[in-house]
Amino acid sequence: MDTSLSLSKPNTKLKSVSSLRQQKLRAAMWFLAPMVTVLFCVAGWPLLRSIYFSFTDTSLTDLYGGQWVGFKNYLTWTTLSSGRTIFSGTLADPTWWNAVWNTIKFSVVSVSIETILGLMVALVLNQEFKGRGLVRAAILIPWAIPTIVSAKMWGWMLNDQFGIINHMLMALGLIDSNVAWTSNIDTAMFSVLVVDVWKTTPFMALLCLAGLQMIPRDIYEAAKIDGIHPVRVFFHVTLPLVRPALMVAVIFRMLDALRVFDLIYILTPNSKATKTMSVVSRENLIEFDKFAYGSAQSTLLFAIIAIFVCLYIWLGKLNLNGDTQR
Amino acid sequence: MIKRQLNSVAFYLLVISIVVVAVFPFYYSVITSFKTGTDLFSVDYFPKHFDLRNYRDVLNNDNFLRSILNSVFIASTTVVCALFLAVTASYALARVRFKGRGLLLMTILAVSMFPQIAVLAGLFEMVRFLGIYNSPWAMILSYTIFTLPFTVWVLTTFMRDLPVEIEEAAIVDGATPWVIITQVFLPLLWPALVTTGLLAFIGAWNEFLFALTFTASETMRTVPVAIAMLSGASDHEIPWGTIMAASVVVTVPLIILVLIFQRKIVAGLTAGGVKG
Repeated sequence: MDTSLSLSKPNTKLKSVSSLRQQKLRAAMWFLAPMVTVLFCVAGWPLLRSIYFSFTDTSLTDLYGGQWVGFKNYLTWTTLSSGRTIFSGTLADPTWWNAVWNTIKFSVVSVSIETILGLMVALVLNQEFKGRGLVRAAILIPWAIPTIVSAKMWGWMLNDQFGIINHMLMALGLIDSNVAWTSNIDTAMFSVLVVDVWKTTPFMALLCLAGLQMIPRDIYEAAKIDGIHPVRVFFHVTLPLVRPALMVAVIFRMLDALRVFDLIYILTPNSKATKTMSVVSRENLIEFDKFAYGSAQSTLLFAIIAIFVCLYIWLGKLNLNGDTQR
Repeated sequence: MIKRQLNSVAFYLLVISIVVVAVFPFYYSVITSFKTGTDLFSVDYFPKHFDLRNYRDVLNNDNFLRSILNSVFIASTTVVCALFLAVTASYALARVRFKGRGLLLMTILAVSMFPQIAVLAGLFEMVRFLGIYNSPWAMILSYTIFTLPFTVWVLTTFMRDLPVEIEEAAIVDGATPWVIITQVFLPLLWPALVTTGLLAFIGAWNEFLFALTFTASETMRTVPVAIAMLSGASDHEIPWGTIMAASVVVTVPLIILVLIFQRKIVAGLTAGGVKG
C-alpha cells in the first residue's frame, strides 16, 4: 500500500535525477496545498467545530455565547433526594434511539435488497441481447432524477386517495381499501424503502456490471464445456470473482444510506416510523433551537459511521486503495 | 428447443419488467403534469389529457425561474472550482511518489463519504461568520465538501492510467510539472474532465440538506428546495400538477445529458467506485 517504499531504481545516484525528483516533489506539494487547504476549511474545521459545539450549550441565536458543559448533551444524571436517578441527554433520549434503530433498519434492508436486485440486473445486462444499450440507458433514469423529485413523484404515486399504486393493487385484488402508504406508521418505512431501492439499484447494478465485465469469458466457456449447472457456476465462479467489486459497492451504498436525509424529509415528513439520525439531528440543530444537542447527535452519527467503516475494512480485509487492486 | 425458447421469452420478460419499473414513475409524472383540475383525480395509465397550463404556471413563476438560475450558477461555479483545484492535485497524487500519499488518498475518500450532517453545525457557523448566509456562496462553499474529493479521486484514477512514456518524453524535453499538466495531460484528460464535471454537477444540482439549511428567502432557493416547498398550506391542497410539471422541467435536461454521456458516466462512476 505504501508506494513510497516501492521506489524503483534504488541505485541511481545521478545528481540530475535526484534534483529532478526534488523539483517534482516540490511541485507536488504546491499542487496539493490549495486542495488540502480548501478541504480542511470546508470539512475538517467544521467537523471539529461541530464536535466542540456538542460539548457546549451554544444556541442557534448566539453561536459564540456557549459555555463548556462537558458530556451534558450526551448523558448526565441527577440523583433525587428520594434516591431515584434521572438520566438525561441524547443517550437517554428515546427519540434518538428510535432514530438510530430506524437508520439501521433502513440501511440494512435497503442495501441488502439493492445488492441482490443490482446483481440480478447486472447479470441481465452482462448478457448479449438486442437492445442492451437501451436497457442500460433506461436504468440510468432513476439514478439521474434528483432525490427530491423522485420523492415527490412517488409521493404522488403512493397517494392514499388518487395514487396509482392503490389503484393497481385494488385492481389486482391485493388490497380491499386504499392504504395511506406514506402517512400510515406501519407502511411509512416500507414506502421509503421502495423509493430508495428504486432510485439506487441502478447505481449498484452498474458497479456490479463493471465487476462482472472484468471476469474473463473463457472461465464460463470452460464451465459450460464441463457441463456445470449455471446456478453452481454463479455461486462458485461469478460470486467469488465479483466479490471485491461488490464489497466496495456495498460500503459506498451503506455509507450513503446511513446518512439518508432528503428522501425521508420529503416523503414521510414527521413520521416517527422513518425519522433517521440525520433528520432528528437537523431538527434539533435548526428547527428546535437545540443547537448543541443536535451537534451531539450529529457527532454520534459521525462516530457510528466511522466505527462501521473501520469494522468493515477490518473484517472484509477490504483494500480501498486503487494501487493494488488493479 | 422449446425449453430454449421458453427461456428466452422469460429472459425478455425480465428485461421488459426492469425497463418498465425503471421508467414508469417518470412516465407517470409526465402524464400527470399534463392534467389539471379534477382530471388529476382519475388514474390513467396512458396519456389522455394534454393541458399545458401546469407548465405555463411553472414557467411564469418568477421564484421558480430564479431558483433554476440559482441552481445553474451554484452547480457550475462549484464544479469549475472543484475541477480547477482537482487537476493539479490529482497530478501530484497520481504521478508523484511521496510519503503519506496512501493516507492522503484515504482521507480524501473518507471526506467524500462524510455524513453531511456531521459538519452542518460547523458550516453554519462559518457561513454566518463569512456573512454569506442566504446567498449562493453558502452553497458553493458547502458543496465543495463532496464535489472536491469526488473529482480528485476520479481524476486521480484517470490520470494514473495515462501512459508514463508521454510524461517521460516531456521531462526529457525539459518540461516542468506545470507544463506537463497544462500542455501534455490536459488535452488527454478532456473526456475525463467532462465526465467528472458532469457527475459533480448532478451531485450539486440534486443536493438538498445544505440548500435547505443555508437559504431563508424564496428568491435564494435552489431547485430541489423550491420543488420541496411548492406544496400548499395543508395536505388537501398540494398542487400535484404543478409539482409534476416543475419536476419534469428540471429533470428532462438531466436525463438528456445522462443519455448523451451514458458511456462516459458509467466509466466515471465505476472509476470512482470499483477501482477505488
